[in-house]
Amino acid sequence: MKSSFHTEVETPKKDLPRISGSEAVIRSFLAEGVETIFGYPGGAIIPVYNALYDYRDKINHILVRHEQCAIHAAQGYARATGRTGVCIVTSGPGATNTVTGLADALLDSTPIVLISGQVASSTLGTDAFQEINFIEITQSVTKWNCQVKRAEDIPAAIAKAFYIASTGRPGPVVIDITKDAQAGFAEFEYNPVKFIRSYQPYPEVDNDQIMEAVRLINFARKPMALIGQGVILGGAEQELKEFLEKSGIPAASTLLGLSALPTDHPQYVGMLGMHGNYGPNIKNKDCDLLIAIGMRFDDRVTGDPSNFGINAKVIHLEIDPAEVNKIIYADVPVLGDVKQTLPLITKHISKKDHSEWLNEFRVCYNIEREDIIEPAIARRGPHLRMGEVVDAVSKEFDDAILVTDVGQQQMFASRYFRFKQSRSIITSGGLGTMGFGLPAAIGAKIGTPEREVCLFVGDGGLQMTLQELGTIYQSEVGVKIILMNNGFLGMVRQWQELFYDKRYSFTELTNPDFEFIAKGNHIPYRMVDKHEDLADAVKEMHQTKGAFLLEVRVEREENVFPMVPAGAPVTDIRLE
Amino acid sequence: MEKEFIITIFSENTVGLLSQITTVFTQRNINIESITASESALKGIYKHTIMVKNDPEKVANLVKQIEKKVDVLKAFCYSPSEVVLQELALYKVQRSRNVEELVRKHNVRILDIHDDYIVLEKTGHREEIVDLYHMLKPYGIYQFVCSGQIAIIKSKRELLDEYLSYVNEKHKRMIENNEI
Repeated sequence: MKSSFHTEVETPKKDLPRISGSEAVIRSFLAEGVETIFGYPGGAIIPVYNALYDYRDKINHILVRHEQCAIHAAQGYARATGRTGVCIVTSGPGATNTVTGLADALLDSTPIVLISGQVASSTLGTDAFQEINFIEITQSVTKWNCQVKRAEDIPAAIAKAFYIASTGRPGPVVIDITKDAQAGFAEFEYNPVKFIRSYQPYPEVDNDQIMEAVRLINFARKPMALIGQGVILGGAEQELKEFLEKSGIPAASTLLGLSALPTDHPQYVGMLGMHGNYGPNIKNKDCDLLIAIGMRFDDRVTGDPSNFGINAKVIHLEIDPAEVNKIIYADVPVLGDVKQTLPLITKHISKKDHSEWLNEFRVCYNIEREDIIEPAIARRGPHLRMGEVVDAVSKEFDDAILVTDVGQQQMFASRYFRFKQSRSIITSGGLGTMGFGLPAAIGAKIGTPEREVCLFVGDGGLQMTLQELGTIYQSEVGVKIILMNNGFLGMVRQWQELFYDKRYSFTELTNPDFEFIAKGNHIPYRMVDKHEDLADAVKEMHQTKGAFLLEVRVEREENVFPMVPAGAPVTDIRLE
Repeated sequence: MEKEFIITIFSENTVGLLSQITTVFTQRNINIESITASESALKGIYKHTIMVKNDPEKVANLVKQIEKKVDVLKAFCYSPSEVVLQELALYKVQRSRNVEELVRKHNVRILDIHDDYIVLEKTGHREEIVDLYHMLKPYGIYQFVCSGQIAIIKSKRELLDEYLSYVNEKHKRMIENNEI
């Protein structure tokens, strides 16, 4: 009896070398041009590590201290270089430890290929030692995942993984490989994937949408461009500049879009969102047109979405159709890669001057400078403060990559660090993962050894992934760590102060001696707690070859301002 | 306002695909009213039919999120008036004269007859199946099962064909241009 409506066609086989599934993993990596992988060995992935042993001269493997950090390091690597980050971990706990990183990479659109070991296929589903259903677990935190149970399926699965991770809106992909597939032998042939019929990563550009966008831009009196990470991911920095310079439109950036446009660009008006700049938030209701370029209207950007851009039409340039109309209704959606769509718009718009409108942002900036920025970065009061530290580091390290952890230092750093070139900020935006900073900085430095990498991290966040100081020592990673130590989980404490009657419920930290910890990991260390020593300390850090831990004892109860209270309209931005 | 929608999803036949799709629903706290899945008439392509009740905007976003899944070729959303719906139900009931009358009246098929029960099959709209259930109930229903609704769209061609001819064209072009 027929059980299918269709007949099968057999494909003839070619004469190819037979190698182990494990070696096929490594040779597939090489075929994809992988130079660095981050990982941690364990029982169900030993065969792959065994194969890797023969390829140590071709692939640089960074042994981290915890699998969460393997994936965060791969994220840092991917975001600094624009290439796909690769990690390998074992089954069970090794795999589950990466879930936070996968979720982070999915929300922040970071291309990652994660290879996880799995128990032998014959023992699947028997609750074997270190068995976990990783495919099921990672369903909602990956762009795509699959399990491989036969050696002969490994190259095709890896080829598909790299294609999916890096194309369209990038994201993390998991390939779960059973131990018998790693140990088995099969003919090896690597064919990079460039087409999957069910996956069309680049929407066709619709000329009507382009022309409609052009019409709105030409008529707008008070337009604002909202720059997102899509510009960086699409490599469209130059196209953005040309669009802005022809249109004369002021441009604000999301947290992840920072550095797509240099900080000193005359049309750059600052950062959007909860702790963004005053102008782009307060002027939101005055805008008659918002041009969202590769951004997704995160709630930290929009505040109350029903009050966002209430007087504005919205043009949304976006590669992911599912983001259009998700939060903010787009009057004109422009689907496609911004690298492709932006020049089409630039070509047709008329050259314009919005200097009067731009000037309104300058007025706002002057208010913010007087009320917020200058007090934040000036030598004031008995204690050092975070803004002052960021300013000092940014001055000393011209054109470094900024990596942050999550919390107050993240917001101070992204507000006061100055960017000259793209891919200069690596921060956990969507998921807000504390502990992300240190491993991400390691990955960023390994990916771009020619650039300085400055990590700003709090005393809370540093202790979440502190063990990676061991990785820094073993792999000689020259990360400059600026520890902003205030003895508090500062951002939560700020909310407790402002919205919970100063009830500091479990936000105070009694910290270890960070000098011992740095020294124990053979990392040069200095502590600074006085205004007058700051510049010298930062200089010493800069001049020290390799890694450095600079502990800055900052004011204990400082707040980040401006601030849009959660869920409020962005125009409710508070300066104090 | 909540309305009824029929979502049809065409996908590759990969392990775990159904769970990929249902994740999209659970994450948005949207309840699935009924779900069916089977191979479609196109080689290797599976068709899932899912009924939901929710507001139109939420459903539109949901469909885009489903379509975003790598192994999903295309997802479509219809209102009940755009499709022909059918459902199948089996009833195991006690034998009695009254039941036999209902069988004649409602055009029900008899699948199996035993000394003390009969198995009835009814295909039709959800309402007809529910009505029959209530009519049979007083005479004793031992077991009841229904299939979930399946749907076929009223337009002549399967809309998936357009997508498939688009991707096939594209694939051909890529081969011609030596891109793959």
